[in-house]
Amino acid sequence: MSLVLDTVALSLGGHALFAPLSLTIAPGEIATVMGPSGVGKSTLLDAIAGHLAPAFTMSGRVTLDGRELRALPAEARRIGLVFQDPVLFPHLSVGDNLAFGLSRRVTGRAARRAAVDAALEQAGLAGFYHRDPASLSGGQRSRAALMRSLLADPSALLLDEPFSKLDTGLRDEIRAFTFAHLRERAIPALMVTHDPADAAAAGGAAISLEVPGRG
Amino acid sequence: MSAARDGRALRGAVLAVLGIGVIGPIIAGLALTARAAFGLLPAIGSTEAGLAPWAQLLALPGIATSVKVTLFTGLGSTALSLTLALAIAAGLRDRLARGGAARLLTPLLAVPHAALAIGLAFVLAPSGWIARVLAPLLGLVRPPDIALVGDPWGVALLLGLTIKETPFLLLMILSALTQIPLRQQLAAGQSLGYGRAAVWLKIIVPQLWPLIRLPVMVVLAYGLSTVDMGLILGPSTPPVLAVALTRLFFSPDTAALLPASAGALAQVALVLAAFGLVLATERAIRGLGLAWIRRGGRGRGIALAARIVAAGGRALLALGLLAMLALVVWSLAWRWPWPAALPQSWSLKAWTGAGPGLGRALAASLWLAVATTSLSLALAIAWLEGEDRARLGRAGWAQGLIYLPLLVPQIAFLYGLNVLFLRLGLSGGYAAVIWAQSLFVFPYVMIALSDPWRALDPRLSRAAASLGAGPWRRLFTVKLPVLLMPILTAAAIGVAVSVAQYLPTLFIGAGRIATLTTEAVTLSSASDRRVTGVYASLQAGLPLAGYGAALMIPALVHRNRRGLKGARS
Repeated sequence: MSLVLDTVALSLGGHALFAPLSLTIAPGEIATVMGPSGVGKSTLLDAIAGHLAPAFTMSGRVTLDGRELRALPAEARRIGLVFQDPVLFPHLSVGDNLAFGLSRRVTGRAARRAAVDAALEQAGLAGFYHRDPASLSGGQRSRAALMRSLLADPSALLLDEPFSKLDTGLRDEIRAFTFAHLRERAIPALMVTHDPADAAAAGGAAISLEVPGRG
Repeated sequence: MSAARDGRALRGAVLAVLGIGVIGPIIAGLALTARAAFGLLPAIGSTEAGLAPWAQLLALPGIATSVKVTLFTGLGSTALSLTLALAIAAGLRDRLARGGAARLLTPLLAVPHAALAIGLAFVLAPSGWIARVLAPLLGLVRPPDIALVGDPWGVALLLGLTIKETPFLLLMILSALTQIPLRQQLAAGQSLGYGRAAVWLKIIVPQLWPLIRLPVMVVLAYGLSTVDMGLILGPSTPPVLAVALTRLFFSPDTAALLPASAGALAQVALVLAAFGLVLATERAIRGLGLAWIRRGGRGRGIALAARIVAAGGRALLALGLLAMLALVVWSLAWRWPWPAALPQSWSLKAWTGAGPGLGRALAASLWLAVATTSLSLALAIAWLEGEDRARLGRAGWAQGLIYLPLLVPQIAFLYGLNVLFLRLGLSGGYAAVIWAQSLFVFPYVMIALSDPWRALDPRLSRAAASLGAGPWRRLFTVKLPVLLMPILTAAAIGVAVSVAQYLPTLFIGAGRIATLTTEAVTLSSASDRRVTGVYASLQAGLPLAGYGAALMIPALVHRNRRGLKGARS
């Protein structure tokens, strides 16, 4: 159950973005990627998740639980994404956002509803099923988005500066909430961040991407 | 990547449908018209190629005047609409004002050309509203004996075209402005001592022009080849070229089809020459404008001029709204002697007495609108989704392809297209008219939907994919619902365009399909304004109801979804 990057490199128009990267992330480990702006941190996440823009080329291998990911479309990779913003679907209620994520393996109307209600409760959002996502506070939205990702039963999770838009007090709370759930479910996670405090709290491998040929 | 292959396949399928369904018929129609223009029309026994049709065309009485009036009204209305639209846009202070203006424009955008022209005739005519209001002031006892509608120079037609096209260009400008950092550039220019109007002319307009060049050409092509507006507001002897040609095409003497086809080609040449003129003017202004900008004049004096032009534009738009009101008032009037400003007695008799013809025309218009809009919307969504999946932007040629049906004068290929449909056994049926109308509905639906579709937050789709949703589930459960409002707006535009179609219904319906528009145009030359008012009111009301539904439905469906309010772009 681990996410393995094997000499992964990205290039744009023949120019490598960063030196080839090899990394094994164990279940429940949260690895961090740091580096200067524009080095391609988010592009690396796009490549792993299956959203790489056609202008980029990728070399190396990415495997998850031994499955090679490159040939799979994004929806078949079982990799969850957490963005800087929560990106809840604006046309669905909070509960329906979670239901959208909930794995198909949970069947039956009552069972699915119970799973969503349980997740809402874990996120401190009990009774919020029918609420408009736009009416939630920033912290509530972040927790709902994480729960939506976890309900899809992902084999790995990618986090793109997940806490950078939260103010300091909220940041610690959401970070603790997110990491606790990842560790409890033994999900390997890769997080891009600018904040050294994120890396320290994650406690996993910390990679710093550098532009090749410089420093 | 399979999604990309999937996307390219979808895009290929859409292009094939477009090639066979839209581009093919236009080319075939043009080719058949061109053959007839040089004497080849076996259907009427003319099999000898030659220049005789051209000689007949040139020998038509008043043909030179027709061309002159066509150029005056087409070029004049386009230049005037563009000037007014730019002046009005420059006068709108902020995004809020621009949003409000876009909403105020809706009725004038929705109203079909023919309905607006009929209403305008009711207002401008010697016995119309303006003369009635002025009569007591000027001491007139009878309607003034001057040709205020159908004047030989086509001033009334020019006015009507300007009123109809200014809102369209204004909307195009407002939507293009979202791509320009307007506020910062205005601030930067004003901090250097330039007046607001000067910043607009020197900084904003040059950036705006490439974004609105195609819409301006659509307006120009329409202005040079309008038939329904030309019939109602234009001069009659001789009429504008497209009206003269329509008369020839429908003349009982089938030999007239040959010079008519030659005229149709001449119409294409006229439009192409006008496009050339636009590009030459663009080049000239670029040179002169650069010199003007380098001189560094702060242009504080042009502020007043800009305000006056904008006020003129707003007055003209108000005249348009008055024209729409005139339709309803006439349809409800019973006794309305001259020079009373309002009817002496009101009645619903014109509505109730219109007979089953009105219901049939309404049903035909409605059915054609629903069919053409659904077809166009499905094609547009397939195209845009194909672009998304293939992760491809739009190539310039594809953009040109979308605009093509709006740039070629309708009269140039509709006759040829009908010949083709006759051979295929389609002519005169609903299928053929739906096909022909869709040629013009699809481009507008596509143009309306493209920007909001591309403005959709791509992370929504990615979030859905990371939750395991495949491309079809992403389309139907995330993209389409979030885009509900722009999709319905595009549908409303499609309905308005379909309802307004006159020439395609006339040519391809072979006179057998009567819609509100064909009936209203026919009635406009008849004497009873009340009956004409009924048809034209309904003709204007149908698209307006469409716009109303496009506003109401998303507001209802998404009433508890604050994140989607104001998401309309």
